[in-house]
Amino acid sequence: MSEPATASYSAVRRSWLRDTSQVSLPVAALLMMLAIIFWIRPSAFSYFGFTLLFKLATPLVFASLSQMLIIMLGDIDLSNGSFVGLINCVTVLYLGDWPIVAILIYLATIAVYAGFGLLIYQRQLPSIIVTLGMSFIWLGAAIILLPSPGGSAPEWLSNLMSWRSPLVPLPIWIAVLAAAAGHLVITRSSYGPVLRGAGANPRAVERAGWSLLGIRLAVYSAAGFLAAVSGLLLTGITTSGDPNIAPAYTLLGVGAVILGGGSFKGGVVSPIGTVAGALTLSLAGSLLSFLQVPPTWQIGSQGIILFLVLAGRVLISERES
Amino acid sequence: MNSRGIRLVTAPASFGFIAAFVMWIVTAAYSGFGNVGAMLSAALAFGAFSVLIGTGQMLVIASGPGNIDLSVPWVLTLAAYVSMTVMHEQNYLALPGLFVALAVGAVAGALNFVAIAALRLPPIIATLAWSFVYQSFAFNLGGEATLKPPAILSWFTVQRVMGVQIMPVVVIGVTLVTMILLRRSVFGRHLLATGQSELAAYLSGIEVRQVRLLAYMLCGTLAALTGFLLSGFSGGAALNMGDTYLMESIAVVVLGGTSVAGGQANAVGIWGAALFFNLMATMLNTFHLEAGVRLMLTGVLIILIVSVVPRVAIQNSK
Repeated sequence: MSEPATASYSAVRRSWLRDTSQVSLPVAALLMMLAIIFWIRPSAFSYFGFTLLFKLATPLVFASLSQMLIIMLGDIDLSNGSFVGLINCVTVLYLGDWPIVAILIYLATIAVYAGFGLLIYQRQLPSIIVTLGMSFIWLGAAIILLPSPGGSAPEWLSNLMSWRSPLVPLPIWIAVLAAAAGHLVITRSSYGPVLRGAGANPRAVERAGWSLLGIRLAVYSAAGFLAAVSGLLLTGITTSGDPNIAPAYTLLGVGAVILGGGSFKGGVVSPIGTVAGALTLSLAGSLLSFLQVPPTWQIGSQGIILFLVLAGRVLISERES
Repeated sequence: MNSRGIRLVTAPASFGFIAAFVMWIVTAAYSGFGNVGAMLSAALAFGAFSVLIGTGQMLVIASGPGNIDLSVPWVLTLAAYVSMTVMHEQNYLALPGLFVALAVGAVAGALNFVAIAALRLPPIIATLAWSFVYQSFAFNLGGEATLKPPAILSWFTVQRVMGVQIMPVVVIGVTLVTMILLRRSVFGRHLLATGQSELAAYLSGIEVRQVRLLAYMLCGTLAALTGFLLSGFSGGAALNMGDTYLMESIAVVVLGGTSVAGGQANAVGIWGAALFFNLMATMLNTFHLEAGVRLMLTGVLIILIVSVVPRVAIQNSK
């Protein structure tokens, strides 16, 4: 056990160093966007302004972290957005009146989600197509439960999401705490290298005595849990249910992970970068309306912003090499 | 009509074809054997669009692990809008319209690859960001209005000669050309070699970048051609015309037997998967199931098919 231990120690050191340059990019982009927004509208620099700017980012943060865990394993999850939609529908239907039923359904969906993760691993299937199939299953289940948008979130949940937290607004607290927790588990803890290694070099992790099956089951369950949290928080904000509420989360989440320094090769992800990436992507929309970009050009400008931020990655990697 | 269908199903054995055949029989058994012909011709017409756009996606996917084009639905829509604007319902402008559509697709594909190569981005992200830009162009060009096609284009997409639909036959031609291209042409061999190992291909003197550039340009061009024909078939260019093709273009490629790990392609298999997809939709519609159940069964069937198809390429790479 001593050999893998030293190997994992140096992996922690290297990933910690690499993490700083990975994280600097989305954070710099985020600060630059905020600077432009406050320069145009100084009154937005307030408790209330920050609340409005980052309110819708909170569920995307958790959806992106869920996607990050899957990308860490070298897979991709195309069902993330419809899973969030299903949780949204279950929440408005059951959480208020029958909380036990709601919790049982959450647990069952997370178990099914992890089961598909197991299927991908055991049959060596391409995750892109299995999760595509899963996205149809989640969306179908959500439509069976809630054929037309409606319903209402339990009061405590919407109250929670509009809670005026001390010092800084709630969305900022949540983002910072989520990033810190992710960083501690994925980047800093002794399990971090094993979890990332399961994506980067599964054979090595297996030879070191770990059960890949167990790791993948745990990571897929955790990803399902984070996506469920995303759905809960989203319900607290929108206060109603809609099966098609979050299809954009799938690709936005993938974007946030890559923006935060992640790689599809597996094993290379940064929780802090991912959270910063999710905040950047959801702030891009606000920035464009502050800049008074016409609505028809907003989506295209988001594409350009994505390119501009990612172009920074080329500059960073050239400076390092 | 039927003989063509039977020839297709008994062509190179593939799970997609078998699954499609099963769906066809089940639906026919359920709703009566009177409309088997109509059912198949509808599946062939709709399947032809999935095959066109899927063939382009296949070339990109085969060019190496991680290669994928998420911009196809908006390249399709943009090309449709641009060509409908150029033709403004005049028959004599149909050919210029076609060339403009193909040019839009080729340029879009080239831009995709330039972003991938110059910014060293994962193809998923680069093509996603470009698809946002193409989407904005389509918004500004067409807006909410549906731009109508010239009569000759609509005629071409639904016309039959001696009972045989022209358009699916043309698309079968595209499939055959692609098959020959992959097996016999220098580009085809280079594409698969690049997909198997970019480094080995580069070291053996293949211009890896040019090969992948061409794959992305062909993908854009085929997406644009799909948009051009689809707007003739469905009565015009509309903003949501490409929506279903993002997932479908990927699904038909993978279910058709092409490996997402790259380096291997199956052009004929796409037809099987596309027929399977369309006949499955017909079958679930005939059963009069509610929308949610239909979606769930679609998902279950996709996962089921991909689980039982033997995967040669992936086992080799392990």
